[in-house]
Amino acid sequence: MKQFLDLLAEHAFFQDLPRSDLEFIATCGRNVAFKAGTQIAREGDPADAFYVIRKGRAAIEMYAPGRGALRVQTVGEGDVLGWSWLIPPHRWVFDVRALQDVRAIALDGRCLRGKCDENHEVGYLLMRRFAQLLTRRLEATRIQLLDLYSDKVV
Amino acid sequence: MSDCLLPTMCTIADRRQDTADVFTLSIDPPDGDFPFEPGQFNMLYIPGVGDSAISISGRPAEADKLVHTIRAVGDVTRLLGIRETQERIGVRGPFGTGWPMSLAAGRNVVIVAGGIGLAPLRPVIYAIADSRDDYGDVTLLYGARTPRDVLYLDELLEWKRAGVIDLAVTVDAAGSDWSGDVGVVTNLVGRIRSDPAATVAMLCGPEIMMRSTARALLDIGVHETNIAVSMERNMKCATAFCGHCQIGPYFVCKDGPVFSYPEIAPYWHAREF
Repeated sequence: MKQFLDLLAEHAFFQDLPRSDLEFIATCGRNVAFKAGTQIAREGDPADAFYVIRKGRAAIEMYAPGRGALRVQTVGEGDVLGWSWLIPPHRWVFDVRALQDVRAIALDGRCLRGKCDENHEVGYLLMRRFAQLLTRRLEATRIQLLDLYSDKVV
Repeated sequence: MSDCLLPTMCTIADRRQDTADVFTLSIDPPDGDFPFEPGQFNMLYIPGVGDSAISISGRPAEADKLVHTIRAVGDVTRLLGIRETQERIGVRGPFGTGWPMSLAAGRNVVIVAGGIGLAPLRPVIYAIADSRDDYGDVTLLYGARTPRDVLYLDELLEWKRAGVIDLAVTVDAAGSDWSGDVGVVTNLVGRIRSDPAATVAMLCGPEIMMRSTARALLDIGVHETNIAVSMERNMKCATAFCGHCQIGPYFVCKDGPVFSYPEIAPYWHAREF
């Protein structure tokens, strides 16, 4: 059975981080599993963790009265789920539901924020990774909004 | 065909509606045989209206069938869409360059398609399926607008079941009944399990999608000379005479539509030709 630290080190988000930094971060983490159909996060609830997904797929959704859950994006193996733990007021902005059985590492937001305050170097590395992640998501969302496959675009 | 500017009238043997606005025509080739390379296109002609460049989407090994998957977006393609079997249309071709199949042989292959961009890549998958042992891991990443717009679904699932391809499909928008991925096709690049350094990638779709995907592939370590893209421009003569499809020093109809990334990347951001 793989050690928790190895699972973290193997994930794309943490690849190439120095082992000492990973050990520092890992103290805030725990393994979690969600059965298909489970609500992982609900809009407005405190965002006290983020997840690095190891297996399975989850849907990021928003609920609209009369329309139900509107799917914005899916995340799966190798992805990171959630950044509201980082940004005040630390509340989930979307609903998240497991579409398949999901195995992930949950990293406690409050614990991690404390670690980043305590060790700015690790905090900076982590912020850089989240900045890259946010940039990629923003670019993807903009392209998604262009509706490139519609007949309005030649 | 002898005169590349003279269409030959051919009979539609079969017609299938793939999605609300996409259909596939199977045409009897003029001389009973129509060899082509995956990635090449024909000019399909409606007398009195005009012609349109349409990629060949059939199986290269079945040269007795000329198959085109067409999206009804303009005058010619809309009229092609209401043609019935046994009616005749004009055909010129095949034109253009093909996908780098010999470069791909012996390597892993990643095929990234967006929307109708899967049609020019289907012959690649047919060719791979016909000589599966000649290739390493083969992955198809496919993005469509909605689940209803996914092309060739039965065929894709059969190829996946048979171990011809690994398959990941994503859509831009879906209801809660869709259990697959939602998001842009670039998001799927992280799912590639094969060694990027030994991978040949073939991209076809809207240009913005291809630019974004090419960047993501370069980021994970696919070599730029191993990335091929199929460009779409307003092709008229298909013989590099008229200049309608010029991009930089290239005529897409003759020098393309398939280019290597280093060939085309300098001109991707050019606002004029």
